[in-house]
Amino acid sequence: MLLIECPWCGPRDEAEFAYGGEAHIARPTEPDKLSDAEWAEYLFLASNPRGTYLERWRHAHGCRRWFNAVRDTYTHEIIEIYAMGSLPKSKLGIQAYEDSWRRGSAAEQNAKRGSAKS
Amino acid sequence: MVTPTLGMRGLRRGKPRYSIFSLARHALDYHEGWQRAWRAPEPQPEYDAVIIGGGGHGLATAFYLASLHGIRRVAVVEKSWIGGGNTGRNTTIIRSNYLWDESAAIYEHALKLWEGLSQELNFNLMFSQRGVLTLAHSEHEMKEMSRRVNAIRLNGIDSTVMTPAQIKQLVPIIDISPSLRYPVMGGFFQQRGGTARHDAVAWGYARAADECGVDIIQNCEVTGIRQAKGAVTGVETTRGFIKSAKVGCVTAGHSGIMAAMAGLRLPIESRPLQALVSEPIKPIIDTVVMSNAVHMYISQSDKGELVFGAGTDAYNSYAQRGSLPVIEHLLASAVELYPIVSRLRVMRTWGGIVDTCPDASPIISTTPVKGLYFNCGWGTGGFKATPGSGHVFADLIAQDRPNAIAAPYTLERFTTGSLIDEHGAAGVAH
Repeated sequence: MLLIECPWCGPRDEAEFAYGGEAHIARPTEPDKLSDAEWAEYLFLASNPRGTYLERWRHAHGCRRWFNAVRDTYTHEIIEIYAMGSLPKSKLGIQAYEDSWRRGSAAEQNAKRGSAKS
Repeated sequence: MVTPTLGMRGLRRGKPRYSIFSLARHALDYHEGWQRAWRAPEPQPEYDAVIIGGGGHGLATAFYLASLHGIRRVAVVEKSWIGGGNTGRNTTIIRSNYLWDESAAIYEHALKLWEGLSQELNFNLMFSQRGVLTLAHSEHEMKEMSRRVNAIRLNGIDSTVMTPAQIKQLVPIIDISPSLRYPVMGGFFQQRGGTARHDAVAWGYARAADECGVDIIQNCEVTGIRQAKGAVTGVETTRGFIKSAKVGCVTAGHSGIMAAMAGLRLPIESRPLQALVSEPIKPIIDTVVMSNAVHMYISQSDKGELVFGAGTDAYNSYAQRGSLPVIEHLLASAVELYPIVSRLRVMRTWGGIVDTCPDASPIISTTPVKGLYFNCGWGTGGFKATPGSGHVFADLIAQDRPNAIAAPYTLERFTTGSLIDEHGAAGVAH
């Protein structure tokens, strides 16, 4: 059983939360510019690491707000909780963010280009 | 539907056979003279094919490679002991009543192999076609089930719709009163489905593969996949480098880690799937009952334990354990549907790490690296497919192209979009 610290409500049982999967997946803003393989990479490929993982949670049976977590998928230790839209600050979290293959993915480049334009 | 070919028949290589007579003979010397079921060889420097992962699927693959495809220098490398992962952690349910043609083909292929497997392997797998009943708990689910039964029957697979009264007759301990939170509205039944002894499946394949000359190397973890010029050249292990031009990876929840070693990525998320057994009691249920809506399935082992299976935990994990709320949810459903179990004690709970795929169907595929093959993504339902999975994967490795049954399960389907969406059949109780 995980004890998860909701940034707004404090520590609560895992049963109150819904899991949102991998964090920091940038949605391509111009999907038509991506090849089928690049779109499949965005849509289906998973990081699924054993160790530090950046993931999203929602306090479904509480304040119903989303937040991010840095969690170890082998020890289940929650290393850091941080706000949606921000980046992790812990050493492990920063490293996991920077080392992720998604940083160089076509989907993320596409998303960046799109947001620069608007 | 392709009729499976049985590999070993008439092809014995000198290992003493297990039989009632050998049992009687060994009784005379107090069962002290039984031979080793398989050797414990040192890894050779080179093999024709290396299979990573000594679970049922991996051992079956090695067995069929050696017995059907004549590839004699085969090694299975396993990081701990064979059958200690999901092969030894599942709830042993076997069925082939899947909706889509592609799924029907592979799971029915497996079921047909199961039907002759104890004889073929000369190992009692305790395969028991006690039937698998799937419950519907709403009007909608019942309609969907009727449609499913029609599709399944069109594929030549046995399947029947059942009314609550028929279900009560088949499973006397079930509560079919309409006052339940999730009342039993009906169900569908596959008589040819059932259970098998999961450990025996690993041991039976291991013994038969060993007999064909396959080296089963336990306590040997793969730490790297070496490649040159876009082709695999071997595997780095904790017991040294093993050279091989063909490497088949069958590591379930750890497939993503193996893929990363080869510079590949997979559409797989690793999640815990939990199960538990009660204390052993006299026989009270002689079939398997599954319920997708309330995340619960039940059967009774030959030892008398009630075997319960749950749904997956919500989060990614490699820890081979899950969270208590999943078990609580499972037991709440069990007590409501089968009030007789309310005072039983839970004896053991455990978890395995399952490799879930976006479309709840497996990946049996070549990869961009020549000579490297993956068989994974079976998620919550791999056990039932063990013989069929090994059979078609061996064929893929030997021929370097998928056969008709394996063809839809390529990695490319995630790019082309031709997914095989079996969430309906599988979802929870797979």
